[in-house]
Amino acid sequence: MPTSLHLLADAPAQLLPARELMAFTLASHIILVPLGVAFPFITLVMHYRGLRRKDATALLLARRWSAVMAVQFALGIVTGTVLSFEFGLLWPGLMGRWGDVFGIGFGVEAWAFFLEAVLIAIYLYGWRRLKPRTHFLLGLPLPFAALLGAFGILAANSWMNTPQGFSLDSAGNPVDVNVWKAIFTPMFGPQYWHFVVAMIITAGFMVSGVYAVGWLRGRRDHYHRLGFAVPFTIAAVAAPVQFVLGDSIARSVFHKQPVKFAAMEIVWKTDTRVPEYLFGRLQEDGTVSGGIKIPLLDSVLAGFSPDTEVVGLTSVPADQRPTATQATIAHWAFDIMVLIGSALVLLALVYGLIWLRHRRPPASKWFYRSAACAGVASVVAVECGWIATEVGRQPWIVYQNMRVAEAVTSTRSTTLWIMLGVVIVVYMCLFGSFLVVLLKMRTRWRLADEQQAAGGTGHAPEADTPYGPRAPLPAAVSSAAGGAAARPGDGRP
Amino acid sequence: MTADLIAVVMLLAVVAYACAGGTDYGAGFWDLTAGGTERGRRPRWLIDHAMAPVWEVNNVWLIFVLVIMWTGFPVLFQTVFSAMWLPLALAVMGMVLRGAGFAFRKPSRRLADRRLYGAVFAVASVVTPFFLGAAVGGVASGRVAPGTEASADAWANPTSLLFGLVAIATTAFLGAVFLTGDARRFEAPDLIGYFRRRALGSLAVLTALAVITGFVTHEDSPHVWHGLTHGLGLLFVVLAGAASVATVWLLRRKPGTWVRVTAVGVVAAAVIAWGMAQRPYLVPTSLTVADAAGAQATLTWLAIVTLVALVLVLPAVVLLYWLDTHGELEELTDSELRRQGGGTAGDGAAHDS
Repeated sequence: MPTSLHLLADAPAQLLPARELMAFTLASHIILVPLGVAFPFITLVMHYRGLRRKDATALLLARRWSAVMAVQFALGIVTGTVLSFEFGLLWPGLMGRWGDVFGIGFGVEAWAFFLEAVLIAIYLYGWRRLKPRTHFLLGLPLPFAALLGAFGILAANSWMNTPQGFSLDSAGNPVDVNVWKAIFTPMFGPQYWHFVVAMIITAGFMVSGVYAVGWLRGRRDHYHRLGFAVPFTIAAVAAPVQFVLGDSIARSVFHKQPVKFAAMEIVWKTDTRVPEYLFGRLQEDGTVSGGIKIPLLDSVLAGFSPDTEVVGLTSVPADQRPTATQATIAHWAFDIMVLIGSALVLLALVYGLIWLRHRRPPASKWFYRSAACAGVASVVAVECGWIATEVGRQPWIVYQNMRVAEAVTSTRSTTLWIMLGVVIVVYMCLFGSFLVVLLKMRTRWRLADEQQAAGGTGHAPEADTPYGPRAPLPAAVSSAAGGAAARPGDGRP
Repeated sequence: MTADLIAVVMLLAVVAYACAGGTDYGAGFWDLTAGGTERGRRPRWLIDHAMAPVWEVNNVWLIFVLVIMWTGFPVLFQTVFSAMWLPLALAVMGMVLRGAGFAFRKPSRRLADRRLYGAVFAVASVVTPFFLGAAVGGVASGRVAPGTEASADAWANPTSLLFGLVAIATTAFLGAVFLTGDARRFEAPDLIGYFRRRALGSLAVLTALAVITGFVTHEDSPHVWHGLTHGLGLLFVVLAGAASVATVWLLRRKPGTWVRVTAVGVVAAAVIAWGMAQRPYLVPTSLTVADAAGAQATLTWLAIVTLVALVLVLPAVVLLYWLDTHGELEELTDSELRRQGGGTAGDGAAHDS
């Protein structure tokens, strides 16, 4: 306890609200990232299937998904812009000193994102007029632009974890910048692939989860089967890959950021034959309360042998490592992520086995219940992975080179708390509206489908408004120039 | 040398944002002033349709400005964001509300919802450029220097206030000019006159504000005033004036594509004139381009990344604007999100999840 109190007293008052604000906005943005990175890919797979097999249902799904993508992408741009402002508003010290060392990644990301925004606009608005083949081909670069964008962001983040590509002058300022080295840092490769696969899995399970719920509610037509099978299969293929990648990144952390690894596994003293704790709480004196202790396992996982020496938190002075509470947070986040990941791999294996043995999708209610939860679970896993990597790096913003406290803005803490409050309220409204809009779209489509099934015309005039086709307007204009009320198509409910 | 090049790139990114983003904010301005639900329905309809395919792209330019700033000129980034904390924080909140309001207004159908989202979008569209303009004004008037703490004086001063108002007038002008063209493209002849009047009106306001700004900068920011009245700065001021005259002339005739070019020319020339007037400073009289520049290697790479990106992105942007202006891009309607004919193979019950 005394050490953390001491550290807290040293920290400027604005540190806590600044961190909370960054954490909150980033945690919110992260929910949208899997959709931004991998949803276009999944939609294109569905689109391809529709074109290839002349499957109208697949095309319909792709079209509807792209309508969802439009709303989601807009929200992603908005929350992403906030983050780039926060670099200046909250962490001016970070960018002021290190901007020219690691900022280039953001440059790549910005251009890639720009490309993605352009391509998404073309894809979304091209359904009606472009030739099917042209339209699909114009959509094809989308996943690559997304990969390039992820490249930039992950380069920046992995640089913060394992900074290199510069040397310090006598005043402690970076000189002799080597951009190439600063991008391809030791943690870059592991982080990048771990991230990309995580995005594919999460997006796949999120989308298929929607149709799993539909299945559970008795909607088992071709539309729902397809809407479930395509994203779920993509995620199921990626899940075992992630198992291997996740294991490999943990070992990279062990080698490159030993103190972070110690926090994630709550290892207090450097030692061999270190036990693994599932959950549990690290106390200030280094003991662990609660949790399940598995002897030797941590050493075995880190180096394949019980004799592997694992560096402990006490290997560095108290002011250069996460506090006991931070270590516990990182540890729990890490454990939850691993547990969810393992459960998802199991689910994917069940799916694969049933396909191999019976050549049909699973029919068990429990399978679809799990699949419905898998979407939410994978989002939780993504959040946990991010918490583990960020909290585990504390107190550093640039590992071993700059403390979070040195980077923070000098704005008064009251102002930041107020801003945090406003941002929370605004974001709640944003994400609430996002959900409401999605649910409304769903209801509208369902109603339309039911009408169609019932043999109705399905083209009730109000169904095309308020964003109906462009054509009716000029006619209405000439008959009622200037007056809007006469436009028959514009019936607002 | 590379630093100067990157400074020019940054200025051009600001120009792009001022033009593309400005048009976008301007559409929001006219949305706000379009009147009640009934009266404003048609202008709002046009604004929605004209903005939808391109608004996201328009706003990404700002991200470039920020990225070039913190990668190429880290000290500038730190200085501006420390000193201009409040206006920039308010501007980013405005951007959030604006983007969200626009995105959610489109798919929602209840009148109350559309009103709420629309109001949020429109108000934020006016507030955001004001604060961005105020921040720029604070920089131009030399009230900021490396190490300046955030204070009200940095942005609540005559130059900032006027720059804020000029920013709003500029967006309104660009928005109206572009919507005039869109009205023609969407075949809504009544709206052509509607937005043409507004374009002319806002240009008049903009000119008046520009003259007042001239007097104020003379007192308040002598370095910029000197730059604007000499050499390259003066040249671009004259160009901006010529472009405005051309815009008025083109607007009074049948507006075509050229009026967009001249309108963009007005704004671009004005922004470049400001950039030229600041030379050699990024922040007048305290931070030069050379002092603020980041590591040489980074600047070189930033130039390379920009070049490669231009090669990749430019064709895509051109394609987008081309497709957009040729009416190839259209929103999906509900009927297209519905099953066609209900006869898709193997469909039993037609439900949706």
